[in-house]
Amino acid sequence: MRDMVEKRIENLGNSVLDLLNGLGDFTNFAIRTMFWTFRPPYRFKLLFEQIYFIGNKSVFIIFLTSSFTGAVFAYQIYVGMKVINADSFIGPLVTIALAKELAPVPSGLVVAGRCGAGMAAQIGTMKVTEQIDALEVMGINSYQYLAVPRILGATLSLPLLSAIFLMIGYGGSWVIGTQVLQIDDITFTSKVSDFMELGMVAEGIIKATVFGYLIGVIGTYQGFRVTGGAEGVGKGTNMAVVWGMITVLVVDFFLTSFLTKIL
Amino acid sequence: MSEFSIEFKDLSKLYGQATILNNLNFGIHKNKITTILGFSGAGKTTLMKHILGLTMPTSGDVIVLGTAINKLDELALREFRRNFGMVFQYAALFDFLTSFENVAFPLREFTKMNEEQIKDKVLNLLDSVGISLEAAYRLPSELSGGMRKRVGLARGLALDPHIMLYDEPTSGLDPITTHMVYDLMRDTHYNNVHHGFTSVIISHDIHATLKYSDYIVFMEKGQVVEHLDVESFKKSANPVIRRFLEL
Ligand SMILES: Nc1ncnc2c1ncn2[C@@H]1O[C@H](COP(=O)(O)OP(=O)(O)OP(=O)(O)O)[C@@H](O)[C@H]1O
Ligand SMILES: [Mg+2]
Repeated sequence: MRDMVEKRIENLGNSVLDLLNGLGDFTNFAIRTMFWTFRPPYRFKLLFEQIYFIGNKSVFIIFLTSSFTGAVFAYQIYVGMKVINADSFIGPLVTIALAKELAPVPSGLVVAGRCGAGMAAQIGTMKVTEQIDALEVMGINSYQYLAVPRILGATLSLPLLSAIFLMIGYGGSWVIGTQVLQIDDITFTSKVSDFMELGMVAEGIIKATVFGYLIGVIGTYQGFRVTGGAEGVGKGTNMAVVWGMITVLVVDFFLTSFLTKIL
Repeated sequence: MSEFSIEFKDLSKLYGQATILNNLNFGIHKNKITTILGFSGAGKTTLMKHILGLTMPTSGDVIVLGTAINKLDELALREFRRNFGMVFQYAALFDFLTSFENVAFPLREFTKMNEEQIKDKVLNLLDSVGISLEAAYRLPSELSGGMRKRVGLARGLALDPHIMLYDEPTSGLDPITTHMVYDLMRDTHYNNVHHGFTSVIISHDIHATLKYSDYIVFMEKGQVVEHLDVESFKKSANPVIRRFLEL
């Protein structure tokens, strides 16, 4: 009995140690990639390729998700607002929600699923087929060559995608609000400009930038730590998606509580 | 000048508790073809990673062309690696680049050659390893294993290295292609030896090794059991080597 309890405690201790170890590795990786970001050579071509890759992979899903999110949200709010005769507030409510939360978070989830996974798969494959060793043997820093453009690419693209999400989502709510729910167009738009503040847009943009950075670091980190063949690549890809999505959701909570204080 | 281009001094490597390389002291002869033989897990690849500075010793030194490579800082080490060409077990071609671009890659990264000079040099290199113009513009996934290895060799030679390393260059190839690759390695060696060129091959293939090498290093459990020229190796009385020879 005592043995069993001790064993349990030992196991628990080991998993905590493993987690801390992993966190240490991850932090180390993040610091090293940050260091190599600011050292020449600057590989703009690779950066643009990554931005293109991320945009290309996610823009269609962003388009789809955002238009429906805006439209559905407009409907849902209408149902509630109608009761208190405040249905003309649909515009600002939807837009504020989109700017602060409903654009950056789903955009982050989409990019984590599509691109974080892609990064881990590409780099992981290169790892198990010794292509990363080949880079290193030639004297090229593989973090700088492979991780930096992907991390920067995600950091720069996600705010853009989130902005696109916001605009299309707004469009979706406008269509539902003015065309279906018969709110006057002037009322709808003027209410939006009355209540929207720059800080709200800034909050979303800052969030999206942080998400992009973290998704990039997680995706590339999972790629670099792949070991053991195709199976390992699959595992790494999976981890990149899971951790990418969890991170977006958890970090969103902390960023919200922080940013609403300062903005 | 030393007769060795690579020397190991009291080199040991531990992974956790496991001793992978155990106090190695020997040199690899300059301008010769040396094969490192040994059973799986003997520590051959680990030794090669020490030569390249991809792995650092737990203790001891690795001296390459007179420089203690484990004492270089990161940037100097990267610079120094241009002395090496390496052919990987499965060629390790960059899968997002064509054969041509794979060979051009080190030239684009490290030389100031213009597009025309690069094209000349790459097509020359590919031709010398027997890759046709048509195959030059295909992706690695569209090539056979033997072709990939030849493109890998051309890429390894692009910067005119002084030391060429091969990690099991013929594993996974049929006997005829194996001999073609060995012929190619030997031709490469003798075409370059005038400007200083050392070849180090990791292999399991005892027959090809006896035919093509000048020196043989036999490793077992992280130690060098025997380090001899080929003729003496054939006469070795060591029971493990006799067993290997009789395979
Ligand atoms: N990064 C590492 N961490 C822990 N152990 C390792 C690592 N790399 C190699 N080893 C261990 O070192 C030993 C020697 O490995 P190495 O790859 O050098 O053998 P090898 O002689 O090249 O074998 P093979 O012929 O199968 O390629 C093996 O037992 C291996 O498990
Ligand atoms: Mg090996």
